[in-house]
Amino acid sequence: MASGTPSPSEYVKHHITNLSYGEGLWTIHADTIVVSIALGLFFLFFFILAARRATAGVPGKLQNFVEMLVDFVDNAVKDSFHGPRQFVAPLALTIFVWVFLWNLMDIIPVDYLPLLSYKLFGLEYTRVVPSADINGPFGLSIVVFALILIYSVKGKGVGGYAKELLFHPFGKNPVLWPANLLLNVVELIAKPVSLALRLFGNLYAAEMIFILIALLPWWIQFVPGGAWAAFHILVIPLQAFIFMTLTIVYLSLAYEEH
Amino acid sequence: MDLSLGTIIGQAGTFLVFILVTMKFVWPPLTRAMEERRQKIAEGLAQSDEAEKALEKAEAEAEQIIRQARARSSEIIDQAGKRGNEIVEQAKQDAIAERDRQVAAAEAEIKLATNQAREALREKLAELTVTGASRVLEQELDAGRHKVMLDKLAEEL
Repeated sequence: MASGTPSPSEYVKHHITNLSYGEGLWTIHADTIVVSIALGLFFLFFFILAARRATAGVPGKLQNFVEMLVDFVDNAVKDSFHGPRQFVAPLALTIFVWVFLWNLMDIIPVDYLPLLSYKLFGLEYTRVVPSADINGPFGLSIVVFALILIYSVKGKGVGGYAKELLFHPFGKNPVLWPANLLLNVVELIAKPVSLALRLFGNLYAAEMIFILIALLPWWIQFVPGGAWAAFHILVIPLQAFIFMTLTIVYLSLAYEEH
Repeated sequence: MDLSLGTIIGQAGTFLVFILVTMKFVWPPLTRAMEERRQKIAEGLAQSDEAEKALEKAEAEAEQIIRQARARSSEIIDQAGKRGNEIVEQAKQDAIAERDRQVAAAEAEIKLATNQAREALREKLAELTVTGASRVLEQELDAGRHKVMLDKLAEEL
């Protein structure tokens, strides 16, 4: 992008490179962080606005829309999580709307925002889909992982949770403890990893296909691009919904005796 | 896939902040408003049910009152008719009694006048008789001596 006409592989590579600062593991992907914070503020702005103006009387259009989402999320939480909802429901709402907005960035034609940020700020790289950067989904799923631990202890007590880790699924015999523990730890770690990878995989693949479509001649791009975008419209809310629902289910499994 | 711990932690922190803000400023006012509206609607429905019942009751009451009023008014009309008849009857009887009374008075008066006339006539006749007899008898008949006989004669007339 920056210099001359790039070869297809350079073009693709350019589009999947984050704007990074720092070295090694502590690299910061500034584009992911800035875009996701901006989207989060966008979400909070409208929701806080609606919450401020919320009346029990006839709701306005914004309140109506926000209430619809709140009701939808509240019901989803109510269906699978049977503990107190004052934390889990806002968590689920945040996940759903935020991840949805992340995914929605994928619909913006792949060259627009990178070009804009290059022209405006001289930034070499810009990736605008936070969920297509593995670190975005992992950031969420690590919080979910921590919450799984917290809710396990909250629901069962430290002793109860330790017992569950040691006794399930094979039995109470001390000989089986290591096997039980190993299996439980694997299961525990598999949850956030699969949660993050599912979202990342879907959005990364979709982004890649948009990038590949962008390599076609400009006059034909709208055919595969339009088709893929139409299909992707389904994936965007679906992945947000799956992320939210699985989080609720994991927390409910953690919280409840079984 | 390039893992970046800094980005992950940054995202996680942002996520936590957003959750807390949502929990504090977004979720409670909205769910409260929704719950209040639900209650308002429930109250409204209950009130409309009650109002409907009250209306039914009031209608029944009104019908009862109208029925009573109708019965009472026909009663009053009956009474008035009866009372009218009574007054007419009374007036008739009064009139008859008055007439009888006046007739009786007139009759009594007539009788009195007749008697008086008869008396006067009788006296006149006695005089005439005495005058005639004295003319016939000339001096022979003395009014003082023959008074008893003359009175008897007058009575017989």
